[in-house]
Amino acid sequence: MQTPAPVDYARAHSVEQALDLLAQHGGEARLIAGGHSLIPMMRLRIAQPECVIDINDLTELDYIRVTGDHLSIGALTRHKTVLASPVIGEHYAILNDAERVIADPIVRNRGTVGGSLCQADPAEDLSAVLSALRAEVVIRSRTGSRVVPVRELDDGPYQTVLEDAEILTEVRIPIRPGAGSAYEKVERRTGDWAVAAVGAYLVLDGATVRDVGIALAALGVEHGCATEAEDFLRGREITDQTLAEAGRLAAAASRPSPDQRGPVVYKRHLADELTRRALRRAADRAQGRI
Amino acid sequence: MQVRITVNGVEHVNEIESRQLLVHYLRTTLGLTGTHWGCDTSQCGTCVAWLDEEPVKTCTVLAAMADGHRVRTVEGLADGATLDPVQVGFMAEHGLQCGFCTPGMMMTARHLLDHDPDPDEATIREAISGQICRCTGYENIVRAVRHAAGHPSHPAGADPATNGHSAVVGEPSQEVPA
Repeated sequence: MQTPAPVDYARAHSVEQALDLLAQHGGEARLIAGGHSLIPMMRLRIAQPECVIDINDLTELDYIRVTGDHLSIGALTRHKTVLASPVIGEHYAILNDAERVIADPIVRNRGTVGGSLCQADPAEDLSAVLSALRAEVVIRSRTGSRVVPVRELDDGPYQTVLEDAEILTEVRIPIRPGAGSAYEKVERRTGDWAVAAVGAYLVLDGATVRDVGIALAALGVEHGCATEAEDFLRGREITDQTLAEAGRLAAAASRPSPDQRGPVVYKRHLADELTRRALRRAADRAQGRI
Repeated sequence: MQVRITVNGVEHVNEIESRQLLVHYLRTTLGLTGTHWGCDTSQCGTCVAWLDEEPVKTCTVLAAMADGHRVRTVEGLADGATLDPVQVGFMAEHGLQCGFCTPGMMMTARHLLDHDPDPDEATIREAISGQICRCTGYENIVRAVRHAAGHPSHPAGADPATNGHSAVVGEPSQEVPA
């Protein structure tokens, strides 16, 4: 039986209280919401916090709303809520694509958007989606708040730029009328981490790419973004040839690790193939074909 | 620390270690061993019970997090001697072989049917996709849930425990081959 090491438990009833508790423990406390990453790590003794701070009562962080020209998602929003949201379905098909393949329905009842991002797992799906969309996160401390692009949130595997006494409270995604987006993931079985996955969004003018975002999960790309492929596509038309070149550039930028999910050559192949598929589907959606 | 948790409608107040997982609180502290404990890594789903209104993997929730909340386990499915239609479905369609995954499967099925009274096969398979049947008896599990959907309540006069089948709950089945 795997049991966490002895740990204190505190329940926060406001963001301010959670921040105070974090400050009191000086880096030895961990926030817990869904707990589906933290608790397994605690059982395996990979994580041994002095205290867990339960933030499930912070319903003030559970929301999805349109604010001006962006969509705001509270950090405590559950995956199942994102999946069921008509507002998200309307603007970001990529989020629906991804949420359908994040873990399994029971885990999605508990897991949260903020928790997924802060876990900073290199194979995590939402980080790739939100990187592709050039989303930002709001990070609060006792003295104020700051806004950080999702593309700059991770600081290496399982590390983020959050300080000890900070909380990620919101995700903001720009709304781009006419954009199309898609997420393509290959996994061994339901609920598993990606062997490889690619998220893409496109804004087209006719067939010409006005704006593009491509992010890769589990492929060892720095900050998860295929910037060379993005730069190549901007201003070009979507054709079989340009998609092939974008796929080639994404694969070339990949530095996957060989593991039980597959060798490097297979994962590179997936980087290429999934980049082309995600871009093709994003383009079809932008042009109203699907 | 002290927790106050309402399990199957009964409030329990217990002194526990704050590191205790909900599955072990149910099984060890309360003695409700119907909720099974399987993989320890939230992969298998045999430990599924409801926290408030939703199925969760109880091996990945601290009992402390359930303080002040309601939990429903497989022991809370039947209404006295009257089995839940999901339990009847699992009997009628041979929805279990070894029975290890059954409590979790049934708690998920009950939640599904409460929200979608007539789910198709694909919907059922999606709902149970986070749970593993080590006997690989998925076909019959899906049939069991379909059976429950088709028999949401018991006709007057029928034996609700067996839904017309010959097996008698709590006694050896008459259908066991020699």
